[in-house]
Amino acid sequence: MTTLVTPGTDGRFGDFGGRFVPETLVPACQELEREFAAAWEDETFRAELNQILAEYAGRPSIITECENLGRQLGIKLVLKREDLNHTGSHKINNVLGQTLLAKRMGKRRIVAETGAGQHGVASATAAALMGLECKVYMGAVDVERQALNVFRMRLLGAEVEAVHSGSRTLKDAVNEAMRDWVATVESTHYCLGSVMGPHPYPYMVRQFHRVIGDEARVQMRDRYKKDPDVIVACVGGGSNAMGIFSGFVDTDARLIGVEPAGGAAVGRGQPGVVHGMKSYLMQDEFGQVQEAHSISAGLDYPGVGPEHSYLASIGRAEYPTVTDDEVIAAFQLMARSEGIIPALECAHALAWIVLESPRLAGKTVLMNLSGRGDKDVAQMMDILGNSI
Amino acid sequence: MSGAGLLETTLRAVRSEGRKSLVPYVTGGAPQWVETVRACAANGATAIEVGIPFSDPVMDGPVIQEASQLALEAGATPVSIFEELRLLDVQVPIVVMCYYNTVFHAGHERFAKSLVDAGVCGAIIPDLPLEESGPWCEAADRHGVATVMLAAPTAPDERLPRVTARARGFVYSVGLLGVTGERQSLAATATALAARLKSVTDVPVLVGVGVSNAEQAVQACEVADGVIQGAAVVRRMLEGGPDSVGEFVAEVRRALDDRFPRIKS
Repeated sequence: MTTLVTPGTDGRFGDFGGRFVPETLVPACQELEREFAAAWEDETFRAELNQILAEYAGRPSIITECENLGRQLGIKLVLKREDLNHTGSHKINNVLGQTLLAKRMGKRRIVAETGAGQHGVASATAAALMGLECKVYMGAVDVERQALNVFRMRLLGAEVEAVHSGSRTLKDAVNEAMRDWVATVESTHYCLGSVMGPHPYPYMVRQFHRVIGDEARVQMRDRYKKDPDVIVACVGGGSNAMGIFSGFVDTDARLIGVEPAGGAAVGRGQPGVVHGMKSYLMQDEFGQVQEAHSISAGLDYPGVGPEHSYLASIGRAEYPTVTDDEVIAAFQLMARSEGIIPALECAHALAWIVLESPRLAGKTVLMNLSGRGDKDVAQMMDILGNSI
Repeated sequence: MSGAGLLETTLRAVRSEGRKSLVPYVTGGAPQWVETVRACAANGATAIEVGIPFSDPVMDGPVIQEASQLALEAGATPVSIFEELRLLDVQVPIVVMCYYNTVFHAGHERFAKSLVDAGVCGAIIPDLPLEESGPWCEAADRHGVATVMLAAPTAPDERLPRVTARARGFVYSVGLLGVTGERQSLAATATALAARLKSVTDVPVLVGVGVSNAEQAVQACEVADGVIQGAAVVRRMLEGGPDSVGEFVAEVRRALDDRFPRIKS
């Protein structure tokens, strides 16, 4: 039976993880490791976090059985509704945890990277709530395709900076956030948005998202008297997937992390080191990081969190891919069959379920609906035009 | 003598003369980089740092990012840069700067060997902190390649002796909190950290990051054994070419030699 890994001071999940950061950031990462460990053990901190999650973010999130889609696909399909959280995605779980921790550590400012803008919006929201200054780095390409979220962040009082270096997407936003942090580390907390980066981030962010899996496990047992057969989530950096997987790693459920075909770090990558961690990474023959290509800005990332690399390496989780076209079809399918517009990221998970459904007949499939699709509507309008 | 030995011997000799080391940084593979390296050598560089361009240079500011991007677009690879270094006939030690994935992807042994074959004396790896450096350092030691460790202003006192114990060739004393790039004035952290390092090690201590001109180089050297200048050099390479870099290096060299002349023995 696999159990959830708690990394030691070396930050390793098997061979993966670690802390590959400039010397300047080492003391900050060590401090964060200590402070998080202390806070996580502190009942007052946990109670305060749980209260904000309940009374501000709207937890617990419900589960919804998709009867129409389930009938169509010949499976029992259940959604974990992270899309119903305040700010519209699972990202708020981690951000409320990190900002509460940042305040406890006496930091006055947070910086964050964002791809689709969901983590940026969540960071801007939590910063407004907690009275912290907030700066969000976002690739210029993403600023373009997620204009609504950019405006949302600015409404919430955050400064948004478009990043014009490299591929001008999520990976470059991470670079720029790290450069900011190197210069401002004494006053600033880097509110990293996924289960990636240097130790303790992959572990800490997973702990803040465990609530997804922990709730779902209880909800599934209450409602169906058993664990699901298959758990499915999309994977960019992999935070929503790690959140739901962590509730079921020690069960018999298959764990499926769906990557975009153009950003398949686990599927097509090799071990490498970037953004502070050793993990699977899309790279060329000289170790230059390759640009990911996905219709979904949130999954447009050439790496993946180290715990996913570990789960893949021991065969506990599987990481198939789906294409942009399959995602577009799944996006519309969920809207029409269930009256739920999913985030394009989550449409990856549904796309895999649809493709795989002939082999899932009669199974109970739990999908993490990690975000809602409002932010993607303008982009889909461009793609679909008058064809619908 | 190994490359590591040559590098450290060279820097120690400069120090024992009462002079200061000057190490310009040049992005390998950028336009006219080989001529720029020659211009540095001809105008008084003690050693030269050659950057291997990387797709995600998180310790670098806009100038070196731009040079890296130009180099990558021109098709530069570690292999092509090593080959040009091997053919290079300058008489000063060469140290490469590269991000860790370049090393990790090649494999520690293979990378160390390719440095030796290219005639390179040492390596600076800015995203490989002390705790993660063991396997690379062992391979580098075996091949006689110096691992130049970086020390940062944020390091607590207890950390510095552990960093310097692992350093070969010299210690790279990071001048400020931030990425590479020119600044109006030398940060107070630059001399403060150099002094803390000098008090715990005999290995030469060079200040880099934010040492922008001759005046700041002299200021840093009031405490340190020398300076590394990156963005100031690379900007001139991109704007004015090798001659412009040569003039700049000569100017810094003169300023250092005027303030810290050779002690007659």
